[in-house]
Amino acid sequence: MSDTMTTPNQGARVTLRGLSKRYVKRDVLRSANLGIEPGEFVAIVGRSGCGKSTLLRLVAGLEIATEGSVQIDGAGTSGLRQDTRIMFQDSRLLPWRRVWDNVALGLRPEQRPHALEMLKQVGLADRAEDWPARLSGGQRQRVALARALVHHPRLLLLDEPLGALDALTRIEMQQLIEKLWRHHGFTALLVTHDVQEAVNLADRVVLIEDGQVALDVCVPLARPRSHGDAAFAALEDRILARVLEKPHAESPDSRDPNSVWPLPAAHALRWAV
Amino acid sequence: MTRDDFLPWVLPVTLMIVWQAASQFGWLSTRVLPAPAEVLKAFWTLAASGELWTHVKVSTARAFGGLAIGGGLGLVIGLFTGSVRWAETLLDTSFQMLRNIPALALIPLVILWFGIDESAKLFLIAVSVFFPIYLNTFHGIRNVDPGLIEMARTYGLSGWQLYRQVILPGTLSSILVGLRFSLGLMWVILIVAETISAQAGIGYLTMNAREFLQTDIVLVGILLYAILGKLADLAARGLESWWLRWHPGYQRATP
Repeated sequence: MSDTMTTPNQGARVTLRGLSKRYVKRDVLRSANLGIEPGEFVAIVGRSGCGKSTLLRLVAGLEIATEGSVQIDGAGTSGLRQDTRIMFQDSRLLPWRRVWDNVALGLRPEQRPHALEMLKQVGLADRAEDWPARLSGGQRQRVALARALVHHPRLLLLDEPLGALDALTRIEMQQLIEKLWRHHGFTALLVTHDVQEAVNLADRVVLIEDGQVALDVCVPLARPRSHGDAAFAALEDRILARVLEKPHAESPDSRDPNSVWPLPAAHALRWAV
Repeated sequence: MTRDDFLPWVLPVTLMIVWQAASQFGWLSTRVLPAPAEVLKAFWTLAASGELWTHVKVSTARAFGGLAIGGGLGLVIGLFTGSVRWAETLLDTSFQMLRNIPALALIPLVILWFGIDESAKLFLIAVSVFFPIYLNTFHGIRNVDPGLIEMARTYGLSGWQLYRQVILPGTLSSILVGLRFSLGLMWVILIVAETISAQAGIGYLTMNAREFLQTDIVLVGILLYAILGKLADLAARGLESWWLRWHPGYQRATP
């Protein structure tokens, strides 16, 4: 792993072919197909229980697919891989290890100084000696991000990592994730229920519905993106309308007036998805 | 010194003074209770002659010998049944049944098995401290956050590394709760075991003194048990505040 510390990192190519996951009574994923380019940032959105988290766990190797395959760089894999790191919704820091020691989890002794270096990149070098219990929710997620990135993963999976944070901290974290993604060049797969977050961060937004890919749109906006931008808002509206099973609408004014429920400004609904 | 520092001591100090006065003026027979000053004097005499330390050493060795055997087994078996599914199925029901037998109910059987030897005392203490540590270790392992284990596995930890870095530290607070229970029980069982019969130890000291109506020495024995119990509890708390210093619930009230 030490060679990846010096050589420029290359993201992994991820290909999902006919990926299905069936629990005892329920099909969670039904033959989902998806291709992700090396270094691409893909966001997966969808309603709760649509299978987006299961998809992430399958890619992570935490679950075994019922059918279909996950391919990394063209080769089928199953089980955990050391070039893949996951960031969970809860930070999952070990409370009995100090912050830097948490970041050093799984590092070989000679690599442990890298932990402090990575803490510096997430802006928490001064909290290295603290216990995780002393940190705020946002700081814990930054430590979790540092812990994931210190291994220089080729694929970073983010399972609603900002879901439990307040609005301001979310924006800060989004900027940090984007910055580190551009710096390190890994492939990123983000599961989120926040369409604005997806549009803000991703090159492509994928909607999972009934266990299948229902929508796959590119986000052609230049980075860094601004929430106030008209193109940003239009794209966010379009995706959100589709998530809410509204007929496809090019502009907010052309929505079907006979829909089941009236759709207020999309921003107001963001948190309810 | 504020009022709150001073107030808790009013009652004990008054009681001591009344007790001392009652003995001095002959209202209280020394056969019932000797004066506090007499008790202190007896304590001093025993300490100076070295007799006291001999008995304290013997009793402490018994107590901690029993704790080491019973607690050690409880820890190992608790870790085993907590970590291995078939071990739980095999052993846990039996232990839950045995747990309901009070250790002291075994005394007649223990005397038959071991006589009134050291081994009988060690056995009684070991049996009684086994269960608190076993149960707390077992439940501690079961209550380790599965999210942390999953996380650690994604970071390449498995087997002994996973056990040492995640499962054991996660179980530690439960084990220490079990240890504190055991320490309390340990002294109680020791007192009973030493009262049955002994050639040395605090129990021997007090039973011997009883034969000669030396109530002051009997009280010294009682006092010693109290002090040893308190010290053991303080030691357990010390362990907690060191090993669990990461835990907000165990942190001392420091700013």
